[in-house]
This record gives sequence, C-alpha cells and structure tokens, in this order.
Amino acid sequence: MKRIISVLMENAPGALSRIVGVFSQRGYNVDSLCVAPTEDPSLSRLTIITHGDNKVIEQITKQVNKLVDVLKVIDLSENAHIEREMMLIKVATRNEAIRAEVKRNADIFRANILDVSLNNYTMEVTGTTDKLDAFATTMAQCTEIIESSRTGVCGLARGERALRP
Amino acid sequence: MKMMSGAAMVVEALKDVGVTHVFGYPGGAVLDIYDALFAQDDVKHVLVRHEQAAAHMADGYARSTGKTGTVLVTSGPGATNTLTGIATAYMDSIPMVVLSGQVPSNLIGEDAFQETDMVGCSRPVVKHSFLVKRAEDIPDAIAKAYYIANTGRPGPVVVDLPKDIVNVMEEHPYVFPTDVSMRSYNPTVRGHMKQVKKAVASLKQAERPVLYVGGGAITAEASGLVTQLAELLKAPVTCTLMGLGAFPGTHEQFVGMLGMHGTLEANKTMHNSDCILALGARFDDRVTNNVEKFCPHADIIHVDIDPASISKTVNAHIPVVGSVETVLEQILNLLTPEELPEQQAKLADWWEQITQWRSRKCLNFEQGESVIKPQKVIESLYKHTNGEAYVSSDVGQHQMFAALYYPYDKPRRWINSGGLGTMGFGLPAAMGVQFAHPDATSVVVTGDGSIQMNIQELSTCLQYNLPIKIISLNNRALGMVRQWQDMIYKGRHSHSYMDSMPDFVKLAEAYGHVGIKVDSLSELDAAMEKCFSITDRLVFMDIAVDQNEHVYPMQIKYGAMDDMRLSKTERT
Repeated sequence: MKRIISVLMENAPGALSRIVGVFSQRGYNVDSLCVAPTEDPSLSRLTIITHGDNKVIEQITKQVNKLVDVLKVIDLSENAHIEREMMLIKVATRNEAIRAEVKRNADIFRANILDVSLNNYTMEVTGTTDKLDAFATTMAQCTEIIESSRTGVCGLARGERALRP
Repeated sequence: MKMMSGAAMVVEALKDVGVTHVFGYPGGAVLDIYDALFAQDDVKHVLVRHEQAAAHMADGYARSTGKTGTVLVTSGPGATNTLTGIATAYMDSIPMVVLSGQVPSNLIGEDAFQETDMVGCSRPVVKHSFLVKRAEDIPDAIAKAYYIANTGRPGPVVVDLPKDIVNVMEEHPYVFPTDVSMRSYNPTVRGHMKQVKKAVASLKQAERPVLYVGGGAITAEASGLVTQLAELLKAPVTCTLMGLGAFPGTHEQFVGMLGMHGTLEANKTMHNSDCILALGARFDDRVTNNVEKFCPHADIIHVDIDPASISKTVNAHIPVVGSVETVLEQILNLLTPEELPEQQAKLADWWEQITQWRSRKCLNFEQGESVIKPQKVIESLYKHTNGEAYVSSDVGQHQMFAALYYPYDKPRRWINSGGLGTMGFGLPAAMGVQFAHPDATSVVVTGDGSIQMNIQELSTCLQYNLPIKIISLNNRALGMVRQWQDMIYKGRHSHSYMDSMPDFVKLAEAYGHVGIKVDSLSELDAAMEKCFSITDRLVFMDIAVDQNEHVYPMQIKYGAMDDMRLSKTERT
C-alpha cells in the first residue's frame, strides 16, 4: 500500500544521506523523494513515497525518527491530507494538428506551456501522481514525449494538524 | 577566554568531557593532535598495534564501566580499520566516540593520500557522526558526540577532523559548552503512566510470569531494581547473552540464559509463560527461534528505550518506551506489598513445573579420564577466580561455554560481542577492561581461531604491563563452524580445520609473557592455580580441549523456543 511519510529534519550536511541510508540498509522501498528547506532555513522538510504493510511502515517511521537529525516524522496517508507533484514535460509538436491537440489537452489538465520551439512544447503540470500519470498517457497518445521530469510528491495534512519543531 | 589551536582544543575538550583513556594509533592527519597529547598527562593515550583493536579496547573499557570509550586514529586506513570495532559497538549499543583524522578540507573529494569518506563509510554502523568544518566548532562537536554516544540507546559516534582545522599554527577561542541540548534529539526516559499501569495489571494477573532481561538493563544500571522486582514477584528470571549479570547468575530464581544455546529451563519457561516482562532486550533471532511459534500463551510487556526495538520482530502487547531503570521504579511504585503474598502463592504450580525442567540438568557433560572438556575449563576458571573476574570472550563455542558455565553475579563482568559476533574482540576488550580496572582480574576466554585475529595486541599488553589471563580453548579447529558442519553438512569440515597452529606458549614467550600448555585433565587445576598466582604478568593458557565437543542445548531451526537438541542424540 502506498504511503506518504513526511519528515522534519535539521538542514545539515549528511542528514539526507542518513535518511536514504535507513531505506537502503533495511530494505525499504523509495518510490519518490522530495526535499527542500522550510521557511526556517535551518530545517528541511522531506517527503518520501513508499509502500509496505503496516508493520513495515511502523518500522520505517520509527527508524527514521531514531536518526539524530530528525525532529518529527508522520505518515500523512493515515489522515486527510493534500498531496501535489509537479511534472515538466517536453513533447513533439511537428504539425498544426498536433499542436492544437496538445494545447487542448494542456487546457483540460490545466498545464502551462512554458517553452515553445519549432518542433516542441514544454509544459508544467501540477497535481496528484494519478493526474500526472494521466496527463503523460494522454500526451503519449496524441504525440511523442521527448522527455519529462517529476519532482516527487510533497504533502501537508489537512486542517489543524501540522509538522512543527 | 582561552585561545588555542584546533589540536589543543581536541585534547582540552576530551579533558572537559572527563576522558581518562584514549586508544589510538598516530598517522599523518592526526600528528597535530598527537603533539597536543604529548604536552599533557590528564588524558592517557594507549598505543595499540592495529586500529581495530583500539575500537575493541574502547569498547571493553565502556562495557566494564558504563563510561564512553574513546578512539583516536588517522585518516584512510586508520579510520577504516576501526569499522569492525564500531559495528561491534553499534550492534551491542555501547557508548564510543571515534575521533578520526581527515585530509585537509581543500583536498576532500580529490582522492588525496589516505583519504576515505569516513562519515560515509561508517554511516550504517554509527548512532551519529560529525564532519567538523571549522576549528571553532570542535568543542561543540565533541561535547555533542559524547552526549549522543551515552544517552538514550547508546552507540558509537564518529567525529571526523580534517587536518587543516586541527592545524597548530592558528589559534581560536576555546569555549566548552556547559550544557548540550539538541531540538532533534530527546530520548524518552520515563515510561507512559498508562502503559506502566497496564504492565503492572498484567504482572499481577500472571500465573506463569517470567522476566526476560537484556543488555538494556545493564546499560541503565538497573540490575538492583531487576533483582528487587523479581524477588517481590517471586518470578523466574532469564537473561540474554548481553544481559548476563543483570540478575545474579547464582540466584535461585535464575533459570539461565535463553535462546539458541540457552538452558532448557529458560526456554521452556519462556515458551510456557503467560506474561513476559522484557527489560531492555530486543527479541533477537538468536533468542526467538521461529517468531511464528514464539511464546504462544504470553502477554508481552516490552520495556525499551528505543521505540524502534519494540514490535520489530515480535509484537508487544504492552509497549513501554523508557529506560529500564526509570520504568522499573515506576512499576515498583505501583506494586502494593499487601497484594504480593497472594500473588506469590499463585506461582507454586509454576515453580513446580520449572523445578521439573531443571531436573533434566541440561548443562551436564561427561568429563572422561584425560581429554579435557571445554566446559570443565570454564568450571575450573570459575573456581579459581571465585566467580569474580571480568570475563571477556571471543566468538564461537568457547563464548557459549563461558556464558553458560560461569555464572555472573554482577553486571558489566561478562564482556562479549553479542550482536555482531566479532572474532578477535576478546583480547583487546579485556585490555580495555584492565585499563579501566587496573587491580581487577581481567580474563579472556578465547579459542585458537579467535585469538589469532588480534594476537598482535600481545605486544601492547607488554608495553603497558597488563597482567591479563588468556584462557585459550584450543581444539585445533573453528569449533562452532565445525559443530554446524557436523550437524548440517554431514561432517564435511570444509575449511574449519587449521593444521598449522603456532606454538602458542612460544608465541606468548616471544612477546615477553608467560605461556602454559595444558594437555590433560590431571594438569588442569594445577595450571589454573599457577596462572592466577602470577599477578604481575600476562599468562597465556593454551589448553587442549576435546575437538568433537558440541555446545548443547541448541534450538532446532524453524522450531519454537523450546524445541531443542540436548545432546548429539537427544532432543526435546
């Protein structure tokens, strides 16, 4: 089962490698990983998408929490939450018909076209992992995908719940 | 405010932490620190012959005192040589700080001479690590390293020191932090009261309780409280390999060590219990055997300072996160004395059952006329040391014999590599013990395989005049490997036999020590007597023991805890 583990940690050298190390050492899966400093630059917020049964997820959260650099860990997927991922995608637009079709689908998915050149469009699309998958599938159906890059999921709990130091 | 060089700061910070001994080996990247050590007498440096041994010495020092052991090594091979020692300490939760030299900051990443990414190499086997980037940060990093190493669940911490920041040419203000606090690191010491109440209720209801005591009870200095609780409840007590000594080995309520080579009565008691109070033990695979069949009738109360240890392998019904000492105090406060006689009366049937299991006398062995049985050596050792020695062990059959046939009445007397199972641990660990307790009897129980993994330290022993007693059970084979080959591989002894054994007596003498060879039973007691009458020199006892002896009892793979072989021909 897919889980979203959110981690608040010291923005210190080596902190990220320790977290990633826990996953590789103990044989846990990492489907995606997204990390950046928070509004307090001494802290980083990291979101890991993983999968496993309850026992595995319990161990993951405990083992990550045990790291000296880690302040807080929660499993966002346990409760109501918001998750978003961004994808940049470059597709071939070799003729007028394809350009129109790409533009139409981009509008439907609320993707922004960021760069236009003679033979391709580069777009930005934000949403859940499923939405991004669907957009990529649609693009593959109407033209050729040249390349794409995704940020991995980041997320926050809905309502009052928050991950604070 | 004192001004000093980075190197002087390292030594000054060690003094401020209260370090008495540093086990180390010099080299290019740490020469400045060595020069600073030369200028003072407060911190004693012990020059080892191999960095792995430095880590094991610091480890033995830590296990026998509860204080943090300290290692100082140079960059590259000096640092990587300590890794086995660091991993050993990590697996057994031993407080240790390893100061490693590093190439100058501007050369890091350039594959400089003797460069290794020590923080990276050690990452999976340390509790935490620091790469210090500015000389001003040295006192803070060292203070934090010692704080982290010896609080919560203890463990090794690496402090990597690039050569340029310990440079003697530049001086910086030295300020040692009076208090260490870290927002991201606050171990829970006190058990949650709701959980403690549940634990007490479960203990009161129990008709077949058992205390399962691990190394965490020793770390928490809780052996007095363990004994107090056990005597109040009149419950049987078993200890893990790491927990031996947390409860007196000669106490009538002690049913012995549990697990793979535990006693029949300990494993039977666990398997049939209706309430297991686990104190600082981690349900290791060498204890549980097949977890699917583990103790089917028991309510499991698991007290551990590390939340990640709880319900990791075996699900705990009542988890209590906290230090064993504090939680035991909480439990004892809730136990009302008037209820106890009634409680103890309920246990009569349970003790009758345990007495019956004990009557099987699973540790009996047949000592013939002349060939010495290894068990006999340990019994003789116990007799000649009055059960009061610090016994450090290597890894293999001799380790199990020393665990089973030498009852430890006090904590921190039994020093062994339980988690990692590091051959070569025993001698340097016993040296660390001897440095910490100069007047005590420090014994190594080892074998002809293990002793050769760090035998070079015999030279260090002479340099520091350590009167260690080495009891080497020489069976001309890698005994435990051979035992498994006998049992599982139809006696095919693939590479477990060494037919080029050195003359250990001559070897000991070559290093400047006393060597004694013992070949037959009739010589054993006199030789032991002689060994312990020599108090000012190291004695190496090379004792020829039965090559075909196996360690029993032994759990049967995939079985429950109490599915055991009791001898080569008998099983439960």
